[in-house]
Amino acid sequence: MVIVDDEAPARSRMRDLLAECAREIPLTIAGEAPSGRAALELLAANPADVVLLDIRMPEMDGIEVAQHLLALDTPPAVIFATAYDDYAVRAFEVQAIDYLLKPIRLARLKEALARVRPGRPPEVEALRGLQRSPRAFLSAPERGKVHLIPIADVIYLKAELKYITVRTAAREYLIEESLTRLEQEYGERFVRVHRNCLVARTAVRGFERSAPEGGETHWVVMLAGVDEKLAVSRRQQHIVREFGKT
Amino acid sequence: MARSINQNAYSSALPNFRNLGVLLRILVVVNVIALAAVVIRAGDVRALWGELLEISALVQPLLILSLLALVALNDWLRRLRGSLGILVVLALEFVLTAFLYALGRPLLDVEPAPLLRYWVLVLLVTWALLKYFQLRERALSPALSEARLQALQARIRPHFLFNSMNAVLSLIRQDPKRAEEMLEDMAELFRALMADNRELAPLTRELELCRRYLDLEQLRLGDRLNVEWHTEGMPAGALVPLLVLQPLIENAVYHGIEPRVEPGVISIRIYATRDQVHAVLRNPYSGEGDRHAGNRMALANIRERLQLHFDAEASLTTRTDGATYEVHIVMPYRRGEPGPARAVTADG
Repeated sequence: MVIVDDEAPARSRMRDLLAECAREIPLTIAGEAPSGRAALELLAANPADVVLLDIRMPEMDGIEVAQHLLALDTPPAVIFATAYDDYAVRAFEVQAIDYLLKPIRLARLKEALARVRPGRPPEVEALRGLQRSPRAFLSAPERGKVHLIPIADVIYLKAELKYITVRTAAREYLIEESLTRLEQEYGERFVRVHRNCLVARTAVRGFERSAPEGGETHWVVMLAGVDEKLAVSRRQQHIVREFGKT
Repeated sequence: MARSINQNAYSSALPNFRNLGVLLRILVVVNVIALAAVVIRAGDVRALWGELLEISALVQPLLILSLLALVALNDWLRRLRGSLGILVVLALEFVLTAFLYALGRPLLDVEPAPLLRYWVLVLLVTWALLKYFQLRERALSPALSEARLQALQARIRPHFLFNSMNAVLSLIRQDPKRAEEMLEDMAELFRALMADNRELAPLTRELELCRRYLDLEQLRLGDRLNVEWHTEGMPAGALVPLLVLQPLIENAVYHGIEPRVEPGVISIRIYATRDQVHAVLRNPYSGEGDRHAGNRMALANIRERLQLHFDAEASLTTRTDGATYEVHIVMPYRRGEPGPARAVTADG
């Protein structure tokens, strides 16, 4: 088991409670992490069956962490914990995901541990149902690890076959998501220039006409941070005018 | 009971003439009436100017003299029983008008209207103003504004309560002594939160509560929370509404420290000028946040409480300066006196 909470006393309390549970339920504590990022690193190195995850944490909340955990080779089962959060509690009921309310009661923890199925991660759709604000990061699996890409670094997202290419100024990543869903999640941050491509509004430097040999002339978008130019499809041509206005 | 004494002290039919808000309102109302009179009397625009000068020559000196007299006599006037105070104020205006009329008549090159007409006008305006203040007082205090203050009582975030309880629970086994202290802190904090805080309390008491609160948060957040106190110039005896700073510090922790991975500093500076108490609170500002609605609500709450206590004499301003968020509170410097604490002075 792994404990994830940004507050040291909360972790220590959870450790005490788990030690008590260990008398009846076979379990070992594999480690603890003070943040989602640390948890991802820890779990990539030492896979665990179950993660006890606090919801309110800095940088990214527990619900986002749970989504990134799914990118691990062997994603763990998750039990959420929260101190007070009306909204989350209602969402948990709707999604039928188990959660603990802090201060956590020993009996309640035992119940949750008895119910949880090790190695069975939560459904991605259910986690999306809990999500309140867009994720701060996209997660790309890489040799057993999970690479976190801050959404502010993303220049464009391009769908290719099964994957989406995420382009930042530094490099490219492949993630397994749907472009339409990302467009919904981040709303105004990206603009669709093509059926298969979303561009960060802040990265748009300008547009120009391009006439490839033997092809029709069409608009391309120039980007800040990378030299590539991306084609604007005929259907999305109106965005050239919209950007012109602002 | 302190409260019944207060109610007696403030059941005067007169407003507190030393309150800036009251003075401002008198100035504005009288001048608006004078202006209205001028506009009605003057036939055309050219005549308007002359009329304005003429009426100002009488109204402004009278206004200033009256206000000076009222400020000077305030305490004595407000001790008078029932409507006696109103009668005295009317008599005062009566005398002042006659005095200025006698003094000003030789100075004007035209013969002014008879004194009787001025008397009637002045008495009517004075009486109307006093009635207005009475109505306003009744609308704001004591019952209504007390109810308002009660409803506005600072509420601590449930999030804080449950997280703190969780933190204390974690200490019970490892450090029972510290756990005891924490529970004592919590008890004291919640005693203050649940108490009737309609009366002003010494600033030192408020700061003690803030320190208790920060101790609890420190346990939870560890190194992430750093607090800088600048209270060298603090007016220890000043009276402030209890729990006026604590919610702001709670906001600073909730919005400034908790969303950060790195440690952050909250700086609290309290100082006094001659007749004002200033409190300046700074915390790191993380830019985007989804919890700003909660912050605005807390600020609106404190602003309203300040207004009910001090009217226009108190203010709360916020600003963001790069990566720092700052809240600045200004309150009138009420010195702590022995005897009944001055409670809801919602007059004016």
